[in-house]
Amino acid sequence: MNKPLVNVKNIGVNYGKQSIIKNLSFQVEKGDYVGIVGSNGSGKTTLVKVLLGLLAPTEGSVEFLYDNKTSIGYLPQRTLVNDQFFPAQVEEIVETGLMGSQEGKLMKRKDKQIRVKETLKLLNMDEFMKRKIGTLSIGQQQRVLLARALVSRPDLLILDEPTSALDPKIREDFYEMLHHLHLAHEVTILQVSHDVTSMDKYMNKILLMGFDEIIFGDYQTLKNSHSGHIHGLVDSAAEVLR
Amino acid sequence: MQNTFELLIKAFEYNFIRDALLVGVLVAISCSMLGTFLVLRKLSLIGDGLAHVSFAGVAIAMLTAQSPLLIGIPLVTAASLLILKLHEKTNIHGDAAIGLVSSMAIAIGVMISSLSGGYNVDLFSYLFGSLLVISRVDLMLSVVLAVSVVVAIIWLYPKLFAMTYDEEYAKIIGINVKHMNYLLSVLTAITIALGIRIVGTMLISSMIIFPAITALQLTSSFKSTLVIAVMTAVSSVIIGVLASFVFNLPSGATIVLINGLFFGVAYLYRKLIQQN
Repeated sequence: MNKPLVNVKNIGVNYGKQSIIKNLSFQVEKGDYVGIVGSNGSGKTTLVKVLLGLLAPTEGSVEFLYDNKTSIGYLPQRTLVNDQFFPAQVEEIVETGLMGSQEGKLMKRKDKQIRVKETLKLLNMDEFMKRKIGTLSIGQQQRVLLARALVSRPDLLILDEPTSALDPKIREDFYEMLHHLHLAHEVTILQVSHDVTSMDKYMNKILLMGFDEIIFGDYQTLKNSHSGHIHGLVDSAAEVLR
Repeated sequence: MQNTFELLIKAFEYNFIRDALLVGVLVAISCSMLGTFLVLRKLSLIGDGLAHVSFAGVAIAMLTAQSPLLIGIPLVTAASLLILKLHEKTNIHGDAAIGLVSSMAIAIGVMISSLSGGYNVDLFSYLFGSLLVISRVDLMLSVVLAVSVVVAIIWLYPKLFAMTYDEEYAKIIGINVKHMNYLLSVLTAITIALGIRIVGTMLISSMIIFPAITALQLTSSFKSTLVIAVMTAVSSVIIGVLASFVFNLPSGATIVLINGLFFGVAYLYRKLIQQN
């Protein structure tokens, strides 16, 4: 069996005396599109911080396929630019995504520009390269930040509730784009979401984080679960999907 | 008119004007570059707070008959680090930490100047800027430090830009944001201590804020914001220093008013463009 891209082994995270995550284990294989769903306060964002290396688990470990050379692209939860005067062009922001990778640090100026343009083109945003970020719509800004996450061609893309600020039509477009990246460009994705309707349609694995129990598997595994809390989430998802 | 023009030409014959222009331009470049990052990170108040601390430095220098620059730079740098530590180690918010340190420094400055015989012309010139207070040693020190600040900003530009736009993301891509914040504070402290000779402790924070907000009215990219901020600051200093000589005006206030004028014009220009 191949080594997984990410192997989370029995991690626990405490804030002071409060336990946020208890005994969590799961594996992400190359090419997976994993959804992380659960109630507010169930530890989803804490888990993302652990995976990004911003927070060390109190117990257990997280192993990456290429150890510390495993590159991660990250799209944060909020849309960052609420100040329309922030003087940054789309290309300037996307280029910062190259600073996190070894390859990006060694790139020449011209190669960086080419890579930025290619990535924006992938997301149909190349015509906005020279635009000031604050003048774009929320959906377009989200694509810019996705381009920043993708520009270093990361091994793993982590998205923290990327669609929460988007209206339904733009949200669907966003999912279609992620779906295309996942299938056509074999991007491995790990996405925190409240949007349970997208689970069955786009994600091949789901990590459901309840306060008392954690379930990891495909959509059918979750539907067959007997957990009341989890059943509620799955039922509501199924209801909408129907 | 001819008399004014002759005075303007004559100004360059004086060493103190040439020195003031040299130091002023270097301080303007450092202030405006740092100011762009500080304003966008909503930290412009730190410039104001550290300027107040520099007043205590001037008072100590007067008392001990030392160069205000030699006393001011370590004192203001220490104060900038203290503000960061207070914010980090206690539950005091950043703006409160700035207010706390700066008001204490002013109180100490007032106490020292009172003990040393009250306010005099020298102290007044440091409060509001003067062209006549630059010694040769200070001139050399100012040039070396200001050039170092500018080189550091250019060298660190990609990291400073990344953390100004998105601090959390900057941490994720491996930038040591904490160290960079310390460095930014130290660079600001040095720049402020250098700038009080020309503009004065009461007005130096305007050199940090005005060029940045003027540039923000006109640009869409970060690099062009930096360039326009630098151009605005340098123009203000050159016009201000020469105008203060020709019309016998206080240099600090003249520079700040010209900065204000630039901002007004930039703001109106943006409004006009938006309407059309």
